[in-house]
Amino acid sequence: MFDASAPRKKIVEVRDLKMHFPIFAGVFRKRVGEVKAVDGVSFDIFEGETLGLVGESGCGKSTCGRAILRLYDITEGSVVIDGQEIGHIPQKKLRPLRPKMQMVFQDPQASLDPRMTVAAIIGEPLVEHTNLGRAARLERIYELMDAVGLNRNFANRYPHEFSGGQRQRIGIARALALNPKFIVCDEPIAALDVSIQAQVVNLLEELQKQLGLTYLFISHDLSMVRHIADRVAVMYLGKVVELASREDLYERPRHPYTEALLSAVPDPDPASAEKIERIILKGDVPSPSNPPQGCNFCTRCPRVMPICQHEEPEFREVTPGRFVACHLYNTDLQQEAPARTEAAS
Amino acid sequence: MLNYTIRRLLLAIPTLLFIALVIFLLLELAPGDPMANVPLTVPPEVKEKMRIALGLDQPTHIRFLKWLQQFFWVEPLHMIDALFGTQWGEGMQRIISWQSRSPVMDIIWQRMPQTLWVVGLSYVLGALIAVPVGVISAYRQYSFIDQLGTFISMIGFSVPTFFTGVLMIVIFSVWLGWFPSIYDTTLVVHDWETFVKQLKQMIMPVSVLALYNAAQISRFMRASMLDNLNQDYVRTARAKGLKEKTVVLVHVLRNSMIPVVTVIALGVPQVFGGAIITEQVFKVNGLGQLLITAIQANDLPMVQTLTFIFAILIVLFNLIADILYGVLDPRIRYD
Repeated sequence: MFDASAPRKKIVEVRDLKMHFPIFAGVFRKRVGEVKAVDGVSFDIFEGETLGLVGESGCGKSTCGRAILRLYDITEGSVVIDGQEIGHIPQKKLRPLRPKMQMVFQDPQASLDPRMTVAAIIGEPLVEHTNLGRAARLERIYELMDAVGLNRNFANRYPHEFSGGQRQRIGIARALALNPKFIVCDEPIAALDVSIQAQVVNLLEELQKQLGLTYLFISHDLSMVRHIADRVAVMYLGKVVELASREDLYERPRHPYTEALLSAVPDPDPASAEKIERIILKGDVPSPSNPPQGCNFCTRCPRVMPICQHEEPEFREVTPGRFVACHLYNTDLQQEAPARTEAAS
Repeated sequence: MLNYTIRRLLLAIPTLLFIALVIFLLLELAPGDPMANVPLTVPPEVKEKMRIALGLDQPTHIRFLKWLQQFFWVEPLHMIDALFGTQWGEGMQRIISWQSRSPVMDIIWQRMPQTLWVVGLSYVLGALIAVPVGVISAYRQYSFIDQLGTFISMIGFSVPTFFTGVLMIVIFSVWLGWFPSIYDTTLVVHDWETFVKQLKQMIMPVSVLALYNAAQISRFMRASMLDNLNQDYVRTARAKGLKEKTVVLVHVLRNSMIPVVTVIALGVPQVFGGAIITEQVFKVNGLGQLLITAIQANDLPMVQTLTFIFAILIVLFNLIADILYGVLDPRIRYD
């Protein structure tokens, strides 16, 4: 964790990823703008680690996860997974690469075809991508069901006959069917109740240990991310504002937004909870179709500076392995800034 | 499922008896005299005797019970007799048409093939056209093909068949002279030439009705597909790395067919009911035309029997649609 800068194998490299959704309006459905759901995101994920991706609702976390797996046709940027650039290759060529990268979805009920049995759901990727015979396939399905802790007798049941936690296990088994290297977990626990959340997270951790998986764990549950992630990226309005190892981020948040976000985590101890100063942000998140000029956070930042209003902060490495997009940590700027303001006035 | 079906069938009996009573009373209350077509030169006493001969002198409830007995007991016996050569129904009074004085059921059996061929074929054809049109329209929403499909289905929906039918007659029979404007029921298909002739006379009524049916079903298909295309499980299917064809035709289509199949099943009784207007336009002497002429002639037993058969079919196909729903959608269980 501490030697994040040491050369480890990068399994995912995302560079300047942009996902803009067009807005059509009027009688002739003219394109009048776009929702910048993900607007220039860059990060790496190393083999065998879990990168947590946190942020409030609507900040583009899920879109980012889907865009990395090319479930969307991305607007700009590059995504390299396991040494292969997949950013702009056609979906047809992408299909044979799908086994390497899989996804666990948020809503375990809706993400399973209601008319397929569990065995059919888990087995379908095997039919599509392998040449296993019927018996071998069934054997593999049972193996997967064992791995995620589902009773083998349930193979011929339909998804609606399971509880939420069991359904998510089906979703995980399905994702594991083709031995993927990289799994995007898109809020896999958000739809589950707390006791089941722990089970599913523990299952994900166990599977990671056994199979050497790499996760991108998307969540808005900061405590859960602290538990499972090795490194954490914080997103705000389509951009990653801070990326650091888990300890650094939770102990010493740098970006004002991260500070505010972390101050919202409830403390179980009432004595220490009283001492925590809650940073309450004013105003609403600006619309992603019309983000503010300069820094995206400048409209709500408690430590806003004049420069934030017109210049976008660069996402830079302030200390090894720690990236922040904020003018407060721009060392060049602190020297240059006065000169610039003079010139401006 | 079996218990459910049996329960529903048992429940259907009082429903149908009530429907029969309502139809009977409605016809009873309707103005009109079955003797109205008898020439004025016939003296009133003779007319009165004819009335008695038809059983019209008896009170309403007696006539209703007699009709019930004839419909549920005598007619099935005669059908069995005709099928197996037995003589159980011999000498029993059948339901007699007041127009032709021949058994109502015999006439219905004569008319059935025309209706089934023309209306039934148009229904099958309409469904076969509608499903792919709906699928493509939804998959390429707002594309040119979708706009075209939606436009044509809007036309099929909003332009009545008595207009499209007459329009087709004007274009293809009068101006171009390709197809006959009158459907010839006496034509017997025995060689290639008569087959071509039969085909020619069927094209226009079938296509008019097929357009109408396809318009309705394709709308349902499109809406249902659109609903399912945005579901999460479709994204899951794509993430699995399935072929686009598999995603659309296996996952989306199979789930979208659930409501469409039931809509198609619910429409089947209309086929037997015949397309009253279209059959009139093209002079197809099917069931729809039979009903219209019977109403015009105040032929109450015929109207009563035909309407009641339609009621049975509607109740039956409602049940079939419900059962199909249970078969197609594993989330629905009737236990």
